[in-house]
Amino acid sequence: MRGVPFILCLIAAAAVIFACGRWIDNSYAFFAAYVVVQYIVLGTAWNILGGYTGYVNFGVTAFFAIGAYSTVVLYKLVPALPLPVMVLVGGVMAGLVGLGTGYLTLRLRGVFFSIATLALAVVVQTLITNWDFVGGARGAYVLRPRVAPLIGGEYVQYLFLVMLGLCVIVLATARAIERSALGYGFTAIRDDEAAAEASGVPTLKLKLIATTLSGGFMGMAGAPLPYYVTYLDPASGFSLNYAVNAIAMPLIGGMNSWVGPIVGAVLVGGLQEYLRVTISSAVNVLVVGVLLVVFVIAAPQGIVGLFQRKK
Amino acid sequence: MTAILHVEGLGKRFGGFVALDSIELEVQDGERLGLIGPNGSGKSTLVNCICGTLQNETGSVRFAGQALDGLSAHERTRRGLARSFQLPRPFGSLSLMDNLRIPILYTVNARGGARAIGNEAIVARCRDLLGEVGLVAKADRLPRDLTQIEMRKLELARAMAAEPKLLIADEVMAGLSHNEVDEIIALLIRLNDQGVTVIMIEHIMRAVMEVSQRLAVLVAGRKIADGAPKDVVRDPEVVKAYLGE
Repeated sequence: MRGVPFILCLIAAAAVIFACGRWIDNSYAFFAAYVVVQYIVLGTAWNILGGYTGYVNFGVTAFFAIGAYSTVVLYKLVPALPLPVMVLVGGVMAGLVGLGTGYLTLRLRGVFFSIATLALAVVVQTLITNWDFVGGARGAYVLRPRVAPLIGGEYVQYLFLVMLGLCVIVLATARAIERSALGYGFTAIRDDEAAAEASGVPTLKLKLIATTLSGGFMGMAGAPLPYYVTYLDPASGFSLNYAVNAIAMPLIGGMNSWVGPIVGAVLVGGLQEYLRVTISSAVNVLVVGVLLVVFVIAAPQGIVGLFQRKK
Repeated sequence: MTAILHVEGLGKRFGGFVALDSIELEVQDGERLGLIGPNGSGKSTLVNCICGTLQNETGSVRFAGQALDGLSAHERTRRGLARSFQLPRPFGSLSLMDNLRIPILYTVNARGGARAIGNEAIVARCRDLLGEVGLVAKADRLPRDLTQIEMRKLELARAMAAEPKLLIADEVMAGLSHNEVDEIIALLIRLNDQGVTVIMIEHIMRAVMEVSQRLAVLVAGRKIADGAPKDVVRDPEVVKAYLGE
């Protein structure tokens, strides 16, 4: 396997990051780092469909919240279930919704597809808001265990570790796609769908793979959220911030490579977190807006694009 | 010779407009067929129906002994039916090399079996194809760096990368200069010598007469003539369609 050394490097990097966290031993550091890593996962997931395949998904919150609420459901039914299993279930649920959405909407192109995904977010939010079992509009409480399983220490460390593991999986998948026939097929679809089809690319099948993977990973990113916030209501689970960030981070970092969402998430996520504690918790949203405008004008290929050779 | 393509009673409507009216067309294995007709006569629609970009309402298309009806465009390409587009449609963000890699990955390799090739063989194959159309020096450039004729050549090379049995060249020469037309003619004849059946849709009569072994004429969605090029261009009905009475 060609990808094995890369995966080992990723795991090593994740281990070093986690060890640093343990050494600093500050629970705020874990809370902040969790958010950044969550955005790497979310941005990379969005990029599989939006960056590689060229279908802009505005309905990020639908998939993210499906992951989060599937954890709420599991917490109510089988609270003893380990978190990684909940993440897996959340991913499968969101992936299935991704597959269904893809099947219904992928005959739509460009902006019409994007509007359909926006509608999906509204539909899912309405359904969840009216579903009493998961708390409806009141929201649901999820009690976090006091001590982290396996590793000991605060539970947030465990949440961070799970998200870090998820990040390794998602990045390895994204990079593997880029170097495979699948990635070339995605690019062909993005550049010219009719020409792709004429070159033998099964466009519908590939687009369904992209929506399923993208949706599934977004759901996985959302699954630990109830344990992170301990109180989840539709307004926070479906917050527009998730969608804006998931789109802005690959755009700012660079959409053509797996590195882009990492750069974007670390830069924007880190900056947001810094501003949240130094200036105000509202100004961090403004930052995304300003950065987006600057990058769309000055560096449409993102930060990674600035360093790639000029073709 | 046996027929590689067999179009039978093919009809296509757009709303109330009859674009194609029960077209009958047979193409022999290894033949070079010219397809001409005034603008709007249905040539491109016929190509789109044969290639699966559009689905015909009546009639059927048989290719290499198999019915193609209901198959999507990519399945037809995999069976050996390649086309070039009237306006070049390259994959803009990929190098010329990778433009050719896509059809190799998704046709030659997707057909599976012993013919599937690894990365090094793919690169070599792409270089060969680019060499054949004289673009090997620009293998790592992007399509936007190409001139019009180079774009047409890339379009043909990409169609060839799928290793087709039948190539449909949809107006690959429109807008090219005299010498450039000669280059493309030579290229099409060379491909044909390698065993590829060619259907050429063209307005440039000099090229049509030079390449075609047989000529079919579409006018307003109907085939009005089919035969030896010299006879067809003298056919009173064809003359009337082009020049009026």
